[in-house]
Amino acid sequence: MALPMGKTKLKMSILQISQVSKTFSTQGAVTQALTATDLTVNENDFITILGPSGCGKSTLLRMVAGLDTPSSGEIKLEGVRVTGPGADRGMVFQSYTLFPWLNVLENVCFGLREKGLPLTEQHEIAHKFLKQVGLQDFAKHFPKQLSGGMQQRTALARALANDPRILLMDEPFGALDHQTRELMQELLQDIWQSERKTVLFVTHDIDEAIFMGNRVMVMSARPGRIKCDLPIELPYPRHYSVKTTPTFSELKARLTEEIRIEVRRASGLE
Amino acid sequence: MRPLQPVSPSAKVALGISFFVLFFAVWAFATLGGYVSKTFLADPITMVRSGYDLLVNQGFAYDIGMTVWRVLGGFFIAAILAIPIGILMGAYKPIEALLEPFVSFARYLPASAFIPLLILWAGIGEAQKLAVIFIGSFFQLILMIAVSVGNTRRDLVEAAYTLGAKDSGVVTRVLLPSASPELAETLRMVLGWAWTYVIVAELIGASNGIGHMITDSQALMATDQIIFGIIVIGLIGLITDIVFKTFNRWLFPWARLS
Repeated sequence: MALPMGKTKLKMSILQISQVSKTFSTQGAVTQALTATDLTVNENDFITILGPSGCGKSTLLRMVAGLDTPSSGEIKLEGVRVTGPGADRGMVFQSYTLFPWLNVLENVCFGLREKGLPLTEQHEIAHKFLKQVGLQDFAKHFPKQLSGGMQQRTALARALANDPRILLMDEPFGALDHQTRELMQELLQDIWQSERKTVLFVTHDIDEAIFMGNRVMVMSARPGRIKCDLPIELPYPRHYSVKTTPTFSELKARLTEEIRIEVRRASGLE
Repeated sequence: MRPLQPVSPSAKVALGISFFVLFFAVWAFATLGGYVSKTFLADPITMVRSGYDLLVNQGFAYDIGMTVWRVLGGFFIAAILAIPIGILMGAYKPIEALLEPFVSFARYLPASAFIPLLILWAGIGEAQKLAVIFIGSFFQLILMIAVSVGNTRRDLVEAAYTLGAKDSGVVTRVLLPSASPELAETLRMVLGWAWTYVIVAELIGASNGIGHMITDSQALMATDQIIFGIIVIGLIGLITDIVFKTFNRWLFPWARLS
């Protein structure tokens, strides 16, 4: 599975974002959150979207999920225009969104039940993914009995159980402590490789963006746009120690500078 | 004592009971000590004696039964209708926009002020008593249920949509379970209010019930009986409250985990 996700393999594009922009109007004031943006996501890509807060990166992700509607342009998943949310695009949110009245197993089965699968089949799939995120012994626990990291692992299992074409992650580890976050990054990378998923991952953590992605998109300050698309040529699977290699440091230095400019602009310092 | 410091369960029970004891002690001291005239306030012992007499010789148990049935009957009809309307209002904003202003207006109409009208419309039978309780609780219930359904966390709704839920699935599998502990709590509270309406309904034009006994006793200046009636209402209220709370905790174990 140590395939470099490079150009050696012919890759199919599964998601096209074309000229998508978003303006919000609240109480008469119009804010442009995102200028016309293009992005093509290939099968099995792990794209991290990096940007300062308020740059519209979450808005972009929410539009792919169908939770927000683009003001212009269109988003196509496998050639079909996105008009609303659906099970083909799984999402993991930054906030803990497990249903508190359902236990871990029932949470993971939520989408499967919505699909109308028989209960035994639901449980079979759910147990498989619970095992993958290391929570097989917590099936009967309620979300409030779990730590933040465990809740996000359950949320990941819940999204994966639906077998989505693309996994959308909106700063999923943002609320976790540093150590838990690193564990989660490795876990997600393993799952991405074994399940051959396509992932769109929003973060403001530069280390995380480089460590996880095969492509890093840097977004500018508001109004957001993709200002650079940087391939990360580090081989997978990436061990934690990759963060101390010179290549990693170089990439980090470059991205830090890119982001710094944007943060300064956003805060009106330049 | 420090702010927000919890007490042990046994101390909680002991403290709760000790205030009842204190209350009765002060009352007994004031009346038996002769500081308050018997005409205005009966002493606890007389109250218990006449309470026993009411129950054993005057068929007061039947009155209690009638009152309980009126409260539960009127409240049940109100709840059966208010729950679906409240849920629809909380879930669908156009329905809320249509009904909310009227319901907000109607809930301020005092149920007791309807009694003369209701006597005109429904006579002085059971239908009139039930109608007072219905008016008193129906609009309150609708509004409070709509608010708890409407307060469902938006991110949970969004998560359900990204998991493939349709609109009906969001209502039945997210909005409803999310609001249900609060909904049960609303039922408990409004049932408490229904108790005050039933007594008012029974003060006027009733031939039985706790409220009727109280009006009868007023004519006889029997403060002991009046107080006994009031205490019975309080006790029934306390018991239903405890039953409801226990039931809700058993029904929604996830809501109290923390």
